[in-house]
Amino acid sequence: MTTLADPGPVFAALADPTRRSVLTRLATRGAASATALARELPVTRQAVVQHLAVLDTAGLTRAHRHGREVRHEVRSEALTGAARWMTTIAGQWDERLAAIAALAEEPGPPS
Amino acid sequence: MVEDSIIRETEIAAPPERVWEVLTQAEYVGRWFGADKAEIDLRPGGSFVMTWAEHGVGLARVERVEEPALFSFRWALEPGVEPKPGEETLVEFTLAPQGDGTLLTVVESGFSKLDRPVEKQEWHRERNVDGWRQVLEAVAAHFA
Repeated sequence: MTTLADPGPVFAALADPTRRSVLTRLATRGAASATALARELPVTRQAVVQHLAVLDTAGLTRAHRHGREVRHEVRSEALTGAARWMTTIAGQWDERLAAIAALAEEPGPPS
Repeated sequence: MVEDSIIRETEIAAPPERVWEVLTQAEYVGRWFGADKAEIDLRPGGSFVMTWAEHGVGLARVERVEEPALFSFRWALEPGVEPKPGEETLVEFTLAPQGDGTLLTVVESGFSKLDRPVEKQEWHRERNVDGWRQVLEAVAAHFA
């Protein structure tokens, strides 16, 4: 069992290849509008807007107004949280596998 | 296609038959899970319950039982919750003979299906081989 926050929304948001492209693009170029992103990706502006809404809900991006346009930027907290969560889960399995190995390798009772 | 999975493995100096006992018998399961008590009905669909004094009860359902090569179950992320789509991940152990011992691999998968916050059809969409994990790491590294 883990007491860390449920990472489901982050993983689900990242399950879509276009959303991964949007996020990677935002991470490398900095804040951008949906219009600018749509120019760089093989999808419509409307699709970009929908993907950004999912990313926003998962806490992966946030929107802010810059003059007349709305720009989106990456929030690193949810990503690092999800990465940390994966590391924690992997560590728990390492501990369990070590315990399984120790139990299996114990000398058995005399038969 | 394992991009929403965690894969860990270990080599054990005991034959698969012995590792199988440790993996599937309740008195051992409680010990390696660090649970105070474990109960397991070892057949597909059987219930698998772990009790922790401090965390509560972990509920799982046995998925596949193929002695001594494969054991899998679905378990709920939250204590006290029945495993069901949106709440569960799949844990699959495979045991392969390796010399006199066993290579034990565990794969936990289905993290992207937790909590179903996005359109259902996207769960089944074809995904890129590069996977989200590299993206996660790359983007997280960018901000480190």
